[in-house]
Amino acid sequence: MIDTLRLTAEDAAGLLKRKEVSSEELTRAYRASIAERDPELHAYLHVTESADGDGVPIALKDVITTKGVPTTAASRILEGYVPVFDSTVAACCKDAGLPLLGKTNLDEFAMGSSTENSGFGPTRNPWDPERVPGGSSGGSAAAVAGGLAPWALGSDTGGSIKQPASLCGLVGLRPTYGTVSRYGIVAFASSLDQVGPLTKTVRDSALLMQVISGADPRDSTTVELPQPIELPEAEDLRGLRIGIPRELNEAEGMEPGVKQSVDAAIRLAEELGAEVGETRLPRSVEFGLACYYLIAPAEASANLARYDGVRFGHRAQVDGDLTELYERTRWEGFGDEPKRRIMLGTYALSAGYYEAYYGQAQKVRTVIKDEFAAAFRDFDLLVSPTSPTVAFRLGEKAENPLAMYLSDVLTIPPNMAGLPGLSIPCGLSEGLPVGLQLIGPQFSENALFRAGHALERAFAFDYVPERLR
Amino acid sequence: MEAGVAITREDVLHVARLARLEIPADQVEEVQGQLSAILEAVGKVSELDLSDVEPTSHPLDVVNAWAEDEPRPSLSREEALANAPDPSEGAFRVPAVGS
Repeated sequence: MIDTLRLTAEDAAGLLKRKEVSSEELTRAYRASIAERDPELHAYLHVTESADGDGVPIALKDVITTKGVPTTAASRILEGYVPVFDSTVAACCKDAGLPLLGKTNLDEFAMGSSTENSGFGPTRNPWDPERVPGGSSGGSAAAVAGGLAPWALGSDTGGSIKQPASLCGLVGLRPTYGTVSRYGIVAFASSLDQVGPLTKTVRDSALLMQVISGADPRDSTTVELPQPIELPEAEDLRGLRIGIPRELNEAEGMEPGVKQSVDAAIRLAEELGAEVGETRLPRSVEFGLACYYLIAPAEASANLARYDGVRFGHRAQVDGDLTELYERTRWEGFGDEPKRRIMLGTYALSAGYYEAYYGQAQKVRTVIKDEFAAAFRDFDLLVSPTSPTVAFRLGEKAENPLAMYLSDVLTIPPNMAGLPGLSIPCGLSEGLPVGLQLIGPQFSENALFRAGHALERAFAFDYVPERLR
Repeated sequence: MEAGVAITREDVLHVARLARLEIPADQVEEVQGQLSAILEAVGKVSELDLSDVEPTSHPLDVVNAWAEDEPRPSLSREEALANAPDPSEGAFRVPAVGS
């Protein structure tokens, strides 16, 4: 009997290696869990009927292009689209022998923080189905937390891996920008998008990062990691200097339970031998959200120009000319949030406003980059809560875009600087998981994994949702 | 122009036209309200005097990633047209360009 709720990918690989179970049996066990629990959770948009590979099966966020398997980015404008090529990360998973379980739900075009913006209905949190799993990689997070996949890939632009990991009690890595190929990833904001793992443990995250990272000639923004990814072993934090950025730990709207849980985690880090001190990121936190909500929509408005009803995807029925075809196809095909961001981005880039909005935001980005660089002169890693709140109720923020945007206030600043971040579960508040965000300098994945692993051992967090134990 | 200025109905129609979005007349007001609220919030970036700061367009210090100009296999015509809503004679068919 395979306990899909508890089995880590590393343990599954061990069972395969010792021939105690076959890859087919593993896949069958996850499909059975999907049949049992996905009608409630709706983590998947598409479940495969068969898949090649003799390894640990995987679920992929539906922005990851998969040859012969529908890829929609949870948008009606891509309904029925079946790619004729594989993204580089999907090819990496195939090469590693990881059978594809299916494609997971998300906020349409990865724009959102709750997965409620999906064009195909929301995903629910395995810890409490009345609550959101976070987003935009909410389907991948719910699949892993709900035992519907041993591990999964998500994508992160402003916090879309770290925040759902936090809300679902999982480990989520947003890698250093450029270390994982974006070839074949449905583009949202090209200077920010990164694919990364959602897993039950830090070691699973490192194992999956070994599979997907590396320079890719098809994505000229990729680089090789300076050191190969190592599986973390250390159980202490001796010699590690951890900075606590005051503004990231005292942000407006932070729930007391989240703050308490993270403060306890920081005390535990000290007991494990870390040197802990306070640092400051005043402008990064105050101006990060505004900077992000100019740059990301501006890039999105350009990237989403390709959905025109001509070459693939939805096409509106019109009697008029080509312009009418474009305009109606796009209004019908896109949901509210993509339309909002396309218009916002178009405005920010339009004649007369470019310097005041987009140009100024790019300068703020430099300020943020410099502030983090200064903090890393004194500290090896920085820590904060990942999300100011635990999982919120479906519908709670759906009518107020600005309130929803605040969900990412703590994950956005490091993302703007291209920094890697790891969210690990550090406790519960009101019975729901709290995530600890570890931020490192560019290419510090190994340091993040080492610290994350030692802390994970000390927290002894049980990643199986209480109601499913 | 200053950042953080509320936008007009004409601005919304202009931006929708630039973005090739056919916004229905009865939704202009709602979109105007939402965009104004968001623009007021993001207009915060103008509070900083950054005249001496260089812009960052990309998080890594990578410049000029050249590739050899070598022929590579590409999609066949059938593959390229596999998802076309209205393929015709090996091409993408569209309505008249301009009526």
